[in-house]
Amino acid sequence: MSTTTAPVDNGVNTEALLGARDALREAPAAAQFTWRATSEWVRGTHSKQTIDRFVGLGAEQQHKKAFVLEGDHPEVFASEDHAPTPVETVLAALAGCLTAGVAAVAQNRGIQLRSVKAVVEGDHDILGILGGDPEVRNGFNDVRVTFDIDADASKEDIAALVAQSQKRSAVFDALTNPTNVTVSVA
Amino acid sequence: MPTTDVLVIGAGHSGLAMSRRLTERSIDHVVVERGAVAQSWRTERWPGLRLLTPNWQTRLPGGGYEGDDPNGHLSAPEVADLLDTYARVIDAPVHDSTTVERVSRVDEGYQVDTDQGSWRASSVVVASGANSRPTIPACADGLGASIHQVTTRSYAGPDSLPDGGVLIVGAAATGTQLADELARAGRQVVLSVGEHVRLPRDYRGRDVFWWMDASGVLDERYDDVDDIVRARHVPSPQLVGSVDRRTIDLASLRSLGVELVGRLGAVRDGVALFSGGLANTVKLADLKAERLLDRFDAWAAVRGIAGDVDAPHRLDPTEVDASPRLMLDLQKRGITSVIWATGFTADYPWLDVPVFDHKGRIRHEGGVITEPGLYLLGASLLRRRRSTYIDGAAADTAELAEHLTRYLDDHARSHVLL
Repeated sequence: MSTTTAPVDNGVNTEALLGARDALREAPAAAQFTWRATSEWVRGTHSKQTIDRFVGLGAEQQHKKAFVLEGDHPEVFASEDHAPTPVETVLAALAGCLTAGVAAVAQNRGIQLRSVKAVVEGDHDILGILGGDPEVRNGFNDVRVTFDIDADASKEDIAALVAQSQKRSAVFDALTNPTNVTVSVA
Repeated sequence: MPTTDVLVIGAGHSGLAMSRRLTERSIDHVVVERGAVAQSWRTERWPGLRLLTPNWQTRLPGGGYEGDDPNGHLSAPEVADLLDTYARVIDAPVHDSTTVERVSRVDEGYQVDTDQGSWRASSVVVASGANSRPTIPACADGLGASIHQVTTRSYAGPDSLPDGGVLIVGAAATGTQLADELARAGRQVVLSVGEHVRLPRDYRGRDVFWWMDASGVLDERYDDVDDIVRARHVPSPQLVGSVDRRTIDLASLRSLGVELVGRLGAVRDGVALFSGGLANTVKLADLKAERLLDRFDAWAAVRGIAGDVDAPHRLDPTEVDASPRLMLDLQKRGITSVIWATGFTADYPWLDVPVFDHKGRIRHEGGVITEPGLYLLGASLLRRRRSTYIDGAAADTAELAEHLTRYLDDHARSHVLL
């Protein structure tokens, strides 16, 4: 028996993504992107970051508009709490990246999503950044992401979606693998 | 200069099977081999290596395994002996101790320069093997001279390593087998696990390769595979061919005391840094294994053979530490050796024909190389999943020999017209 169902639409253009994959395999130089944020101190621990331009597909690219993020520390850090703590922004970025991956993979696998929610938590011993214990690292000790997904798919298929989104996530990779970071003064 | 219609490079299972196909078609050819028949099986395999596939599946056109242990797994010297016998049985025109130095295009075909002189051939079949050069990640440079480094090719058994702990990088068939061997030899072993393939040795009472063979998994064609570039780079399964038919997996290694860590990301000042993504890597492999078993079960049900095999069962989820180690100070932890079980790269420095992509891979469609008259054999997923194994040579060479015959016919015709 066959039933007529509406085509799966998660709002992701997988044809374009798969086409780009094939095209960029043949033209790998165009696959070299440089992402960029500019930052300016405001006062205290408060700063503003602007994200506008990036390099990719062999050219300078521009977002539809400039986006502004802010960073600050909470009042328990004796700050004024104008904005999220940068470590929280990292958690938000992880959730954003994994969620985009879930949507793209679901589209590619013909799975209709109804809702995708996630809670991201990062355990952090702040004695590290305070210099209070040399054996404690500055960064997260553990990061946990818990997805709550409502979709036309089995439990196993949803688990596979989430696993595949991690496999193809830039932020997941950036957090789980070492990266050379160079900081200099212009 | 001697001429031939077809020059086959390499007298391993692929080159020999192609020779058999060409002989069947009475096509003039030679097989050039840098050493002797099955050279790499004699000289480039670690002791203890056995085929992952069962003996009955070591099938070759006009030959193959004929012993009395169809369910066993051949050792490397046994594979070499089998190929030796096969070369004699099919009377392959092998020129041994002949190393190819350059293959180039000439007007009517190819010129093949070897250390024993040059040949002209209308067609060349590249069957020199997929494992020419061990792949070692760039971060190996950071280990320093005090760490003894070997590849799975140069590894010569537990006693060949200096006393102390061992870091094995790579958890495909060989990496997991060496972790098993070294842990049983009493070594402290840390295994760095990247993307991997989990397979049980037996499922429902049959060898997993029986299932893949019978259910058609191995016949899945290269042009039906979703992402063939990626599929061709999937590591070999965590599997061992052993007398006791044991299943080797991350759980069995863990119970032997092997410490599992994530993919090696970098080495800084003698400290190895591992990915924090191990849990997901393991989850992906578990899910993939389950999907394969589901496929076997569905096939068994459709074919009505569910009663002939044991009842379905599922694999236990693989457990890893809640917070696997991210950093390993090798010296401090008593690690004296690193084994690179990170795979091999096919290398064709002598192929002077513009057939390579930017990654140095030969461009081909199921073994038909982009340059007319050139063919590739013995590569992972060349024409079908079976191509990855010795058993793939029969069908691959049958189809490519047919293509090659048409090429020779057209070629001869155009030559006459000219």
